[in-house]
Amino acid sequence: MANHGTEVIYGLYNDEEDLLRAVKQAKADHLDIYDVYSPFPVHGLDPLLELEESRLHVAGFIYGAIGTCTAFLGMTWIFTKDWPNIFGGKPYWSVPAFIPITFELTVLFAAIGMTVTFYIINGLGPGVVNQHLDERITDDKFCIAFDTSAVDNKAAESFFKHTGASEVNSKTI
Amino acid sequence: MSAVVSPIRKPLITGQKTYHQITEDLISPTEKTPTRAWTIGFVISVALLSVGVFCILWTIWMGIGSWNLNRTINWGWDITNFVWWIGIGHAGTLISAILLLFRQKWRTGVNRAAEAMTIFAVMCAGLFPLIHMGRIWLGMFILPYPNTRGPLWPNFNSPLLWDVFAISTYLTVSLLFWYTGLVPDFATIRDRAKGLRRKIYNFLSFGWTGSAKHWQRWESLSLVLAGLSTPLVLSVHTIVSFDFATSVIPGWHTTIFPPYFVAGAIFSGFAMVLTLMIITRKLLKLEDYITVEHIESMNKVILLTGTIVGIAYLTELFIAWYSGYVYEQFAFFNRALGPYWWSYFGMMFCNVISPQLFWKKSWRRNITLTFLMSIFINIGMWFERFVIIATTLARDYLPSSWSLYSPSWVEIGIYLGTFGLFFTAYLIFTRVAPVVAVAEVKSILKTGGDQYIGENAKHHHEHHAAH
Repeated sequence: MANHGTEVIYGLYNDEEDLLRAVKQAKADHLDIYDVYSPFPVHGLDPLLELEESRLHVAGFIYGAIGTCTAFLGMTWIFTKDWPNIFGGKPYWSVPAFIPITFELTVLFAAIGMTVTFYIINGLGPGVVNQHLDERITDDKFCIAFDTSAVDNKAAESFFKHTGASEVNSKTI
Repeated sequence: MSAVVSPIRKPLITGQKTYHQITEDLISPTEKTPTRAWTIGFVISVALLSVGVFCILWTIWMGIGSWNLNRTINWGWDITNFVWWIGIGHAGTLISAILLLFRQKWRTGVNRAAEAMTIFAVMCAGLFPLIHMGRIWLGMFILPYPNTRGPLWPNFNSPLLWDVFAISTYLTVSLLFWYTGLVPDFATIRDRAKGLRRKIYNFLSFGWTGSAKHWQRWESLSLVLAGLSTPLVLSVHTIVSFDFATSVIPGWHTTIFPPYFVAGAIFSGFAMVLTLMIITRKLLKLEDYITVEHIESMNKVILLTGTIVGIAYLTELFIAWYSGYVYEQFAFFNRALGPYWWSYFGMMFCNVISPQLFWKKSWRRNITLTFLMSIFINIGMWFERFVIIATTLARDYLPSSWSLYSPSWVEIGIYLGTFGLFFTAYLIFTRVAPVVAVAEVKSILKTGGDQYIGENAKHHHEHHAAH
């Protein structure tokens, strides 16, 4: 959430079940949620927020395929074109012997590629400073935030009161 | 929580913890000044590490001749230690990856420390092939890069090169998996910290906010990394076993090696996890998070893998006899009744016979017995590698070149040094990061906490009334 200067009004809940109920209520009230923050992944939240399934695994597959090709084609080129060599009377292009390295590079490329992609698309990385709404969100509070330009302050306050939020605050992030 | 928990499931978090209490219990060890026990342990570890560094420098300066290897026994303690450490690493990945795929919730109590152990054990392991090269400054020759020597490429058909790829991939993927799991927990430390400490942990936590979309991607990434690590962990020890199985040495040239090595690796890894966790839970007072349930689950894995290893030993013996091949038969006769018979019987006793005690439930749940057993297994699995490597080489085809081997002080020093490296790294880890995955433990509180499930459940009735 790098777009600085968004004014949000947010409520803190003490339990993930309260949070889930509140998110359901917000949906029923047609209140547009800016974001939800929690100390751990809350199951059942993604469909309520209508978050699309992450396509990270598709990226992982592509990175893996690049690894497979790099390893297999690389070894093929080296041992048939660049410097053909006979080891133990085997053919130059000894495919079974290429399998272990091909597998390892597939895994290596997929893992590094996916992890780097994960941090880039989330806007996370070494030295990144993101504004936090509340320090207890990484401890025991569950937070729903509304963008004040999209949701009226009064409507948000009455929503938080109604759904049992323990605290309501606003902040510019 | 809407998840249904079987009534026979035992709680995995005891002491009626709240989310905040979990944060307190797991983060506070990183915030206090070190205890006396930690300081003593650290001083001993650094001393051992120094011995290791000295012996490694000695090896590099004087050459491999400072070891007691000879023409017949050209692999001794070095490769034994390499295989032993790499095997120990396997439990971490098994716990964090395979148990994640199997949705085993007890994983959350031990995965963080086990993954850390994997990384440190792989570092210790990787050291041995590097120094065994002799000229370590030419170590980059093992990497395939366009070079001014031709370019001259490594032999991609060699299991030794497969090892280079397998172990470096394993270390990298384990590190990524471990660190990505740590990011939300570093954020928790950051949000409790002040001043410089806050700045450091802000850097380490990568600016984590806990946004729903981030968590969704975090879970997706964890799942795919687990899916990748599962075949990876099986491949690593398979490839290590290829170092032996693709050779023409009787006793090594066997197709049973890959599954036998993988089972042995998990077996020894779990033993090391237990050794570490039994000490850690006591010193950091984590008995509510690493419960007897966790220990029993791990002991079940030990019983299973120990039995697989036992069957592998017996299969090897049977096949040697059944093959009718005298060299193979002699190799096994020599292992059991040759000059190193004591290491063979040490291996059989520690790895096959002693874990069978764990068929009895009350013994699986006995912490003192488990601790002793874990030490026995660590020793037994070291003997296994010694039996495979040194005793097999000691009696080769030509009786005139038969030889014996015992390590020089340099080899012993390097082995002690890897313990120093391992424990120094582990002790630093317990000071800078939570040894139990905070966010993951919180996520199982409603399905694993003793106020929600089990005999002492308080919220049981209202829980049902809510639905």
